[in-house]
Formats: sequence, structure tokens, C-alpha cells
Amino acid sequence: MAVFSFREALNQAMTEEMERDDRVFLMGEEVAEYDGAYKVSQGMLKKFGPRRVIDTPISEEGFAGIGIGAAMVGLRPIIEFMTFSFSIVAIDQIVNNAANMRYMSGGQFSVPMVFRGSSGMAGCLGATHSHRLEAWYAQIPGLTVILPATPADAKGLLKTAIRSDDPVVFIEHEVLYPEKGEIPDGEHLVPFGKADIKRPGDDVTLITYSRSLKATLAAAEELAAKGVSAEVIDLRSIRPLDLETLVQSVKKTHRAVIVEEDWPYCGLGAGISDRIYREVFDELDAPILRVASSDAPIPYNKQLEASMLPSVPRILAAVDEVTYR
Amino acid sequence: MASVQTEAKPIVDESKALDWLRQMMLIRRFEERAEMLYQKGNKIGGFFHQYSGQEPVAVGSIGVLRPDDWVITAYRDHGHALALGMTARAGMAELLGKATGCSKGKGGSMHFFDVEKGMMGGHAIVGSHIPLAAGFAFASKYRGEDRVALCYLGDGAINQGGVHEALNMAALWKLPVIYIVENNLYAMGTSLTRSSAHQDLTIRCATPYGIPGHQINGNDIELMAKTTLECVEHARAGEGPSFIEAQTYRYKGHSISDPGKYRMRDELDSYIKKDPIEVYASILKKRGWIDDEAVETMREEVKAEIEEAIEFAEKSENPPLEAVYEDITAGPFSPQE
Ligand SMILES: Cc1ncc(C[n+]2csc(CCOP(=O)(O)OP(=O)(O)O)c2C)c(N)n1
Repeated sequence: MAVFSFREALNQAMTEEMERDDRVFLMGEEVAEYDGAYKVSQGMLKKFGPRRVIDTPISEEGFAGIGIGAAMVGLRPIIEFMTFSFSIVAIDQIVNNAANMRYMSGGQFSVPMVFRGSSGMAGCLGATHSHRLEAWYAQIPGLTVILPATPADAKGLLKTAIRSDDPVVFIEHEVLYPEKGEIPDGEHLVPFGKADIKRPGDDVTLITYSRSLKATLAAAEELAAKGVSAEVIDLRSIRPLDLETLVQSVKKTHRAVIVEEDWPYCGLGAGISDRIYREVFDELDAPILRVASSDAPIPYNKQLEASMLPSVPRILAAVDEVTYR
Repeated sequence: MASVQTEAKPIVDESKALDWLRQMMLIRRFEERAEMLYQKGNKIGGFFHQYSGQEPVAVGSIGVLRPDDWVITAYRDHGHALALGMTARAGMAELLGKATGCSKGKGGSMHFFDVEKGMMGGHAIVGSHIPLAAGFAFASKYRGEDRVALCYLGDGAINQGGVHEALNMAALWKLPVIYIVENNLYAMGTSLTRSSAHQDLTIRCATPYGIPGHQINGNDIELMAKTTLECVEHARAGEGPSFIEAQTYRYKGHSISDPGKYRMRDELDSYIKKDPIEVYASILKKRGWIDDEAVETMREEVKAEIEEAIEFAEKSENPPLEAVYEDITAGPFSPQE
């Protein structure tokens, strides 16, 4: 296994799938001549040419819709949003058209495509460039929503996304792009709907995804030093959700903390904890706690911004609470 | 304005002209009977937007397409679907919400789909389907095909941002798409004069993007066909998109619940007086292609076809309750309740 960055992993996934299948193309702002705003598509224009790596005007609604139309008639577009905050401009296309098309046509049309791009709090970008909108998208039937946390998962999940016959919202965390990790050699695919136990444990279940995996693993390390064995589950795919893995873990540990970077109110953790309660209420020895960002827009100031992130101390405090220490 | 020379042969021969007349009658009758079913017996639910008065726009333009071209439209979609050859049965069953409907009872009046006929749907978010048409055209060009996409929209829709994003990209990339605005002068209760800073829609939608714009009487079915064909040939030749402002008029209110009080009775009457179906029938009579008796026979045949479609729809089954969770994803769907 060789080591690559998260950004390289995504580039490899797109490159391999485009080599394999001529129906796949990449479209978005600055993806071609500029090599991608975050350099995820570096070198792809040179390799595939302007027919398949396409710079667009700043028209999120328009090019998202063009992608959906192309997908309806058999192509497999990858639409890059420079930042997922800008996908709000295209949300009509994603929700009203991509997610609904199969259903309202009585199954006559598929929309096999990927909406991907960066998201999350990345260091003083302020209120408009730091959104985590995963809970919005996860609520919509018809969409698949994927948030990888490691380079290996990023590659394997993106390849699966490109091959999927459904519209996939594939959310990358901006601070993860330079992160490095081992990626298995050869064909590497990761299935949807399967959470990954990134660290096994017996005393408490820590459920997380995307960038928060790192803080959660660090917290688990500190807990181990204190004699608390934490199981860390990386959801990877939030729709479909791997409820089974969560339920099995909580049956073993009897305690759970959900660590998420999105907002607390009606956030993803709210839906997930509700599901766990209904499945295994009797197994729980403490309420399920959630460590999310604050219920506020994202501030520019560094200290204020940091205070919102699910940090190691905040995770440890939550674990103390559910273990009554 | 660039235009491609069309062949010298007339746009329509006798058998096609009679076909077009019949299709217009079928659309008209389909909606007349559907309206009755809506009013009486509560058989049809939801919004119901009639196309009556605008039939020549769909029939004339679709009449010059190839079977492998694509058509997409807004929620006033019954006419386009029937003009494409979708059966009245499938349409009527959809209105009644039946499993045999063109969208298995999950779309309704505003969402008629028929993949076989290239009917890419009726769409109910105003302006939202305009980029999709550019997407079909993008795929055609990507694959090196010469298929074209025809996209209908209303005069109200041209004020949506996505429409202009799509027009810009279609022009920039020379996509084979033809946008037809059905200018029926109103968007719900808002007249064009109250919604558009300029009344000439080619100046709003074609001129800024450097694409050919045609402003025509959409109720002249043969002019509609001729102009569309010119645009289709332009697109197939790789010359990119075109824009047609087809001037027309809707007889009914915006939807079934709208008495249309914002327009004057004599305005409506002036259009009904030159009803495009009657006008076309008399043109064909003058050419000696049909006579009064044959027109009557045609009308009766159409009526019978619609009655048969209603009977089929009424006899059809409702979708089973499990269908709620069908056709959401490619594989089996697991609801996250
Ligand atoms: C985005 C959006 N806004 C508002 C509506 C409500 N609405 C439905 S039809 C309509 C009028 C549109 O008129 P036009 O585009 O001229 O089409 P016509 O009804 O004349 O065929 C409005 C405002 C909608 N469906 N979608």
C-alpha cells in the first residue's frame, strides 16, 4: 500500500473511472484550466481534454441542471461545487430535479451522477464559506450522501459514487485535502451504507464522520490512557445509514456520543440518536449525547470559530457525562 | 440572425396535415373531458393546467422532430405529451392516479413522462427544467450525435435566473437545444407587461446570448413547424441553440381553480373567434384535403378514443401501498424513518 493525500485519492478515483468509462465527465468552476480551486482535479484537463473536463461560468444552478439533464440521457457527470456552501444556489436542481426524477417519472429515469466538493470550517472563512449541509441533503429521499474521512475511503467511496445509478452528494472536508493515508493498491471500492469501526472498544460508542473522526480518535486515545475503552465508528455514508453497526456497538457498550461538525438543531445527530433510542432504548445506561457545533452562524474570529468545533476536550466532557464520572 | 436554408418541399403534406389536425383535436378533447372528471366526481386531484388554445405550438413544433429527439416542458404538459404520441390512456390513467398512468400514478397532471417517446417530463418548478434541456443537448454533443432537445417554457419563466444561466452556457458551448417560449401573455394573474421589462422576449432571451431569435404567431401551426425546423437544422448542423417566442393564448384560467378575472372577456373572445383548430380545419378544407363531413368524423373518432381512455383509466388499479417506497433509488430503498 502506498501513501497518498486525500486530494490525490479523489483525483485517482475520478481519473480511474474516467479511463474506464467514457460516459464519465467532470464539470464545474475552475476544474479544468485552473486545475481545480483546491487542486483536486490537477492534471485532469491535460489527460482528458476539454471535452471531458469542463470549466463552467459561475452558474451553479445552471450547470447542476445541465449535469442532471445529461445524466437522464445516459452520461455520468461529476459536478464539482467549489464549496458546498455554493450548492445552496443549486439546491432546487439537486432536490426538485435530481432527487425526484426517478420517483415522479414512475421509475423511467435514472440520474446517475455525483455532486462533489469541499465543505466545513476550514480556518477563518466566515459565515458563508464554512457550511456543513449534510443534514439538509440526508433528509431527502432519492439522494445518497457520503462523507469520507480518510484517503482510502475517499477513493473507494468516490469510485462507488461514480458507478452509482443514483444522484450522490459527496461532501469533502476542506481541511482533509492535504491529509495523508495508505490506499490499497489496485481496484479499490468501498460500498455505501457500511459504517467502519475505526477503533474497537467496549465502554462507550463514539459515532462520527468526516473531519471529526480525527478529534474523535484522539479523544479515544486519551480515554484509553484513563482506562476507558471507546469504540469509534466512522459512518462514511449518512444516507443510507448503517444502523445495524450502530445498534450492535451500543448493545456492547451501552453508551453513545455522536460527534458531528454540523449544527445541533435538527442536525444529523438528532436523527441518528432517535433511531438508536427506538432500537435499543433498554440497552442504554445513559442518554445519548451529541457534540456538535454551536447553534450560530460561523464566526470569522479564530477563537470563536475553534470554540464551535467538536474538539477533544468537548468529546471527553461528553464521555465523562455518559459514564457518570 | 443566422438561418439555415430549408428544402424547397412544403413543410407538410396532406396526410401529415390531417394528422396534426387530429392531434390538436385529441389534446382539446382530452382536456375538456378531464375537466369534467375534475369538476364532477372528484376523480382528479391536485393542480390541473389546461393547454386549450395553445395546441398548434406543441403539435407544429413536435411535428418536425425525429423520434430520437427529446422534449421537455413545464406543468402545462398534456399537449406536449399527446403530440409526442403518448397515449390518451396513459395520460388519463395518470390524471386518475392509476398504476397504469404514464408515471405510474406518482406524477399527476404536472409530471407526465414517457421515456419511449422522448417525453422528458412535465416539470412544476417554474424555470427549473430549462437547464435540463441543455443537459440533454450536452449529452448529444458529447457523444457526437445530432439529436436535438426541444424545451418549452412560459413567458413567466423567462424571469428565472437559471433560464439565463442555461441560455448562456448553451450558446457558449453551441448545444443543440431549441427553447420555445409559449407566450400566452400571462403568468398566473400577472400579465407580461407587469413582469417583463421588455415586451419582445427575443430581446430578453436571444439577443444577449447571440443566438437566433424568432418571434412568431405560434397559433399558425405551419409557421410554427417551419420555424422549428429551421432551428432544428441549425442545431443538427452544430450551430447551437435557437430561441422561438411563440405568441399564443390560453383559453382557461391559469389552473382549474382560476376564473381568470384579470383579463377582459373580449380579449378571450377575440382569440376564441380565431380558434386555431377551426382555422386549420378551414385551411385544409380550402386545400381540398378534408371536407366538413370528414372533420366531423375525425371529431367523433377523437371523442371515442378519449372515452375509451377514460374507461381504461377508471378500470385500472391504484398503485399498491408498497409503491410509496418504489422507484426512489436504483436498488431496493431502505427508508430512514
Ligand atoms: C419557482 C416557482 N415559483 C412559483 C411557482 C408558482 N407558479 C406556478 S405556474 C406560475 C406561472 C408561470 O407562468 P408561465 O411561465 O408564463 O407559464 P404559463 O402558466 O403561462 O404556461 C407560477 C407563478 C412555481 N411553480 N415555481
